[in-house]
Amino acid sequence: MSVRGLTLDQVQVGDKLPELAVEVTPTTVVLGALASRDWRPMHHDKDFAQERNGTRHIFVNTPHNAAYFERYISDWTGPYGRLGRIQFRMKDSVFPGDTMVFHGQVEKVETDPADCAWVELLLWLSVGEKVTTQCNARVAIPAHDGDNPWARRGEAWRP
Amino acid sequence: MSELSAEVQGWIGQRRYEQQGEFDVERGYVFTTCASVENGNPLFWDDEAAAEITGGPIAPPTMISVWFRPHYWAPGRSEQAQPLQVHFDLKQALALPEAVMTDNTITFGEPVRPGDRLTTWQVLRSVSDPKTTKLGSGRFWVIDVEYQNQKGEWVGTESYTGFGYRRDA
Repeated sequence: MSVRGLTLDQVQVGDKLPELAVEVTPTTVVLGALASRDWRPMHHDKDFAQERNGTRHIFVNTPHNAAYFERYISDWTGPYGRLGRIQFRMKDSVFPGDTMVFHGQVEKVETDPADCAWVELLLWLSVGEKVTTQCNARVAIPAHDGDNPWARRGEAWRP
Repeated sequence: MSELSAEVQGWIGQRRYEQQGEFDVERGYVFTTCASVENGNPLFWDDEAAAEITGGPIAPPTMISVWFRPHYWAPGRSEQAQPLQVHFDLKQALALPEAVMTDNTITFGEPVRPGDRLTTWQVLRSVSDPKTTKLGSGRFWVIDVEYQNQKGEWVGTESYTGFGYRRDA
């Protein structure tokens, strides 16, 4: 297996993650809701969403949003990147017809007392000019070639 | 302004609403979730990569709460505790009819693997003094939802900050 990814020496504060744009369709919303076992009608029934939630359409649910951020992070780190912590602030909903754009930048790089290399990311999701979700993530990456954050357990894993 | 009741104070730090997931962690949902966001991480699709990097297949960490969402229907079911029942208990006990979640943080421990059967419980961590915001008057609270696997290993914690309030007249 030759898949590697980012190591500590390749990351600096201020680095930008490549933007990711996703066209949202009704299928996108329904697929995410069913994958996360969220059967609530505002994620699949447009009439319900309009009449009961007062929104213009069905909208992306929170776990689907989280799964997108996870994908966005691991697209950047590669499979050795291990998510330690993620924090969300949902500000607005995302609807079919929207283009979601994911953005991110490196806020901090550190090595903890257990020699685990951590990158702190500021991430945000925008639709047009509007930021719909803000996210902070702490992700472990290999400190050097041959290191594997997934091998850490107990006191060696301090997310 | 009123002090917290002894009942609510007693909930702080207490492990409540412990339950086991209705089903084992399974790869079908992992594939469906990865497909729903076009996540091509080889950890979830390539057994050789998963064996080398994570000692076998794992589930995406952010799926942690998926394993506790109940079936839409099940034979003989009547009622069940709502997810985040402590949040609803607080609204009722403090007579605060409205509530919003202001923050959600998930911290991840041991990887969750296909075949795991997870257990969860809720812990009220804190309740603030009375506060007034643009929404109304009420209190902030922090609830942790803890998750562990069948070996008793910690796999994650979801921490929610809620604000229960009454609209100002």
